[in-house]
Amino acid sequence: MNKRISFSRIRESRLFWVLTAWAVILGFNALFVPEFFRIGIQDGHLYGNLIDVLNNGAPLMLVAIGMTLVIATGGVDLSVGAVMAISAAMGAVLINPAPGDKLVSNEILTRNATNTPLVIIVIATLAAGTLCGLWNGLLVSRAKIQPLVATLILMVAGRGIAQLISNGQIITIYYTPYFWFGNGYILGLPVSIYIVTAVAILAWVGVRKTPIGLFIEAVGLNPKATHYSGISAKNIQLLAYTFSGFCSALAGLILSSYVHSADGNNNGLNYELDAILAVVMGGTMLSGGRFSLLASVLGAIVIWTFTLSMYALGVPANALLAGRAVLVLLVILLYSDRRLIKRRSKSTPTAVQSQDEKPGLPHP
Amino acid sequence: MADPQNLITVSGVSKVFPGVVALEGVDFALRKGEIHALMGENGAGKSTLIKILTGVEQPDQGRIELENTAISIKSPQHAQALGISTVYQEINLCTNISVAENIMLGHEPRRFGGIHWKKLNELASQALARLGIELDVTQPLGIYSIAIQQMVAIARALAIASAKVLILDEPTSSLDANETARLFAVMRALKQEGIGIVFVTHFLDQVYEIVDRVTILRNGRFVGSFDIAALSRVELVAKMLGRVVDELQALAHDKGQVAPQTEKGQLIEASGLGLRGALQPLDLTVGVGEVLGIAGLLGSGRTELASLLFGIATPDSGSLSIDGQQVTRFSPQALIKRGVALCPEDRKAEGIVGDLSIRENIILGLQGRYGWFKFIGRQKQTEIAEKYIKLLGIRTPSPDQLVKNLSGGNQQKVILARWLVTQPRLLILDEPTRGIDVGAKAEIQKLVLELVKDGMSIVFISSELEEVVRMSDRIVVLRDHAKVAEYDHAVSDRTLMQTMAGEA
Repeated sequence: MNKRISFSRIRESRLFWVLTAWAVILGFNALFVPEFFRIGIQDGHLYGNLIDVLNNGAPLMLVAIGMTLVIATGGVDLSVGAVMAISAAMGAVLINPAPGDKLVSNEILTRNATNTPLVIIVIATLAAGTLCGLWNGLLVSRAKIQPLVATLILMVAGRGIAQLISNGQIITIYYTPYFWFGNGYILGLPVSIYIVTAVAILAWVGVRKTPIGLFIEAVGLNPKATHYSGISAKNIQLLAYTFSGFCSALAGLILSSYVHSADGNNNGLNYELDAILAVVMGGTMLSGGRFSLLASVLGAIVIWTFTLSMYALGVPANALLAGRAVLVLLVILLYSDRRLIKRRSKSTPTAVQSQDEKPGLPHP
Repeated sequence: MADPQNLITVSGVSKVFPGVVALEGVDFALRKGEIHALMGENGAGKSTLIKILTGVEQPDQGRIELENTAISIKSPQHAQALGISTVYQEINLCTNISVAENIMLGHEPRRFGGIHWKKLNELASQALARLGIELDVTQPLGIYSIAIQQMVAIARALAIASAKVLILDEPTSSLDANETARLFAVMRALKQEGIGIVFVTHFLDQVYEIVDRVTILRNGRFVGSFDIAALSRVELVAKMLGRVVDELQALAHDKGQVAPQTEKGQLIEASGLGLRGALQPLDLTVGVGEVLGIAGLLGSGRTELASLLFGIATPDSGSLSIDGQQVTRFSPQALIKRGVALCPEDRKAEGIVGDLSIRENIILGLQGRYGWFKFIGRQKQTEIAEKYIKLLGIRTPSPDQLVKNLSGGNQQKVILARWLVTQPRLLILDEPTRGIDVGAKAEIQKLVLELVKDGMSIVFISSELEEVVRMSDRIVVLRDHAKVAEYDHAVSDRTLMQTMAGEA
């Protein structure tokens, strides 16, 4: 009896399913691609698939952290991928070592030099993304546009803005200090991991050691009652979207640093969908409410573990999407099963419950 | 025991939820052609019993018979197939499709692979005619009143299965007197047809008006089934509460001793306060430590008045001042800072955050007042929550219980606690006792009087006149979005009723 209760309590935890999913993928690898776990040391730092999961997954983890707060308020941010592209373009343009130079030659452009100090580049990049987030937040909280539509505007327009910034070019970056964010190492571990950890801790302290986390959940669960309790739902929404913009900017910075280029059309492509998936895997309902930042980060790790496992297995890149579809399906099935268990044990009349309950995404 | 008159016989039914015994050896018998009230305080086990009868829950023990044959009800669909239909308190129909479609949803007559619309409308009209109602069934349901929607829900329950048993779960809680009378006429007609009706309600008047027998539950136990004619009101209440209650009378007595404390000055002064389309300009004062009752029918403007006083809506005429200082910014946030609090009428949608814990719901108000940066630590939160759980007698195993799992009365207490923590000067109670059992009602009323003794001002809105009269120092009557009269507490129910109806 006691055992069953504690097991159900574990199952209720947001971390349970995402950890299960991760364990399944790792277990599969242990059986079929044991080399996946090999970690070596090269030039004084660690390398291997597991390190790659963390390094390549860092941008998604960052975006998922921001997305978690937005989804918890009952919204969604579709523009994160486009905001990543805008930030990346911002950084690349500022690096451009030859602005205003009439004799722009390839030799000047490919010089390992920058026009702007690195600190300013980072600040401008982050500011650009944060501003985008602020814009989304204003549309949602002040203009009262539905989050899906409001952020869709920037999702579509953002790629255009990124192209405007980069003058329609794919800018290749040659300035090596910039590469540090995506390729550098501290104490043998990728820099990006430290950035993610810092942001995650910052966000966790910001929401759990202040009332903001409670306000976010209350707004997501019952905006009216929250408003009537004297809490400004508007400002909470504004904060969540702005923070999501900031996270996307940081993700764009790391990604462009990693791939050494800024491409308005492809930087952060489909990140919004992966981020939503990561958050849902982390057990946050799309209708808003209770959230766990750690579970969302784990969700992002699961997605990247899966992707790199497929590569390690030799699945061609173009078949990967089909593989991912299977992952999504499995996650959603697991998730709906959890809802079924809940429904059975809670057992309010189905008719009444369907009114009470806001529809979560993966409805069976 | 096999009484041929019995439709449903429940014997020795028990149900245990983790940590709670919801029902313990409960007996219940419903006869053909009777209206049978199921009564008890919140948490007495009424809803669990109904859930068992409708197949939502399975009993752990006990026996259920339908027309003297043992059955086990596996699901709500199964219950319906057996002839047990239920209409819930929250009407769950689609307001955007036609009345006829609502009635026949899922059972549409077909022709040539499509829906036979003409026949569908005919069948729907017949179903309503059985209840003595005629209306245009092709209109969307949403244009009709809640009462009509309720009838449509009943018509649906009767039409799609040949119901022998009809369970009405608090059908009258959102109806006014005329609508209730109409529902009762329908219930009587169904009774004539031999249908057994289980009627769950909190209104004692209604029980004595329409019910034949009553079964009383208390704390999951069976207290007894009685012929209503042989049971006085006091006895009924006493059985529900399980003690000899003079509390209600005691309250009235208490009230007499507390003199209106207007000499302490006015807290709220509104002059010409109004909002086009919601409330005609009115003057209003609330003294320090005074209970101002607001009486009026549904839609008379009483909730609109509350939302102006709490800043949910911004008035377009007149002025409102608190403690002599004019209110310039109208928002709940601004008025909460000035010491106003509101327990809204629609507890579920506007009051509680059901998926948060009791602790979180209670501190929400204070934390909202503190803002983003002054954080009430977890331990302090638990302390506050535990203090108020004890103070208000909220029945819960722990402050971390989700509020949606509490009964209506306890949810109301959680909202009250949320505001009491912030120590408001004016507490607006909009229908604080609606849908709450007698015991919790008395507790809340007693609490209100204690708060007034401590100098809090209260605006008390209720559709139960007797309650308004008993609680208030002064009473303002609203009709058709305007203030029509003001009385002191010595006014009679009858005068009030005439004023509200516009007869005087």
